[in-house]
Amino acid sequence: MTPIRISFSSLREGRPYEYLVRFALGGAATVVTGLISSDYGASIGGLFLALPAIFCASATLIEKHEIRRKKETGLNGCRRGQQAAALDAAGAALGALGMLAFALVFFIVVKASISAAFVTASIAWLVVSMAAWYARRKTRPRLR
Amino acid sequence: MSEYVIRFFLGGIAVSAFAMVGDILRPKSFAGLFSAAPSVALATLGIAVYLHGAGYAAVQSRAMIAGAIALAIYSVVVCQLLVRARLTAMPAALISLVVWLMVAFGLLAMFGART
Repeated sequence: MTPIRISFSSLREGRPYEYLVRFALGGAATVVTGLISSDYGASIGGLFLALPAIFCASATLIEKHEIRRKKETGLNGCRRGQQAAALDAAGAALGALGMLAFALVFFIVVKASISAAFVTASIAWLVVSMAAWYARRKTRPRLR
Repeated sequence: MSEYVIRFFLGGIAVSAFAMVGDILRPKSFAGLFSAAPSVALATLGIAVYLHGAGYAAVQSRAMIAGAIALAIYSVVVCQLLVRARLTAMPAALISLVVWLMVAFGLLAMFGART
């Protein structure tokens, strides 16, 4: 049985402004990357394609949701919130390996075919991220 | 000006989509994979290809390799600050940005930047 599950209930935990914040942060990160590229060149701008700007917001929201959930049951929830954010960070470290694969594949393929570069790089991201997660799960079964 | 409006909306949509996918997935460590999804990269590289061509996007993706290595180290540092130093998420994520900047620019300096 696959350990991966889908839970739509967590979407109801989010406040509308939280989705707006994510949208604005994502848009701002993309605009800033474009500005950096045009001012300092493609290399410096390229670095910022992997800037963890969105991660800051995601980790904070995950922590907040966990604290809110625990407080509803009368518990403090601060430590649990930190642990939930830490799990997200551990996952992000593995996801970064997928992002590395994305960048490598895109760099190799883009000069031959632009559309193939986007497709193969995205597949590489998914495959490497998931493989890293499964490998980590096998070696550290405590990850939940 | 309109280029940056398009950038804003494409980036916002890409990041929100990946974030929502991450929200509905369990366990949390698996959902965390989507915190490091190449959402900004997909939007930016798409625009780079359209405006400047494949060569420009190739240079950006080459530098992104350094950024991604820095992101992996950054995420491990955030995790350690949360678990061992017991910082809350926002300060842990912000302090660790120094690590990301040092590693990313260090690697770029070591392997050479091409503009």
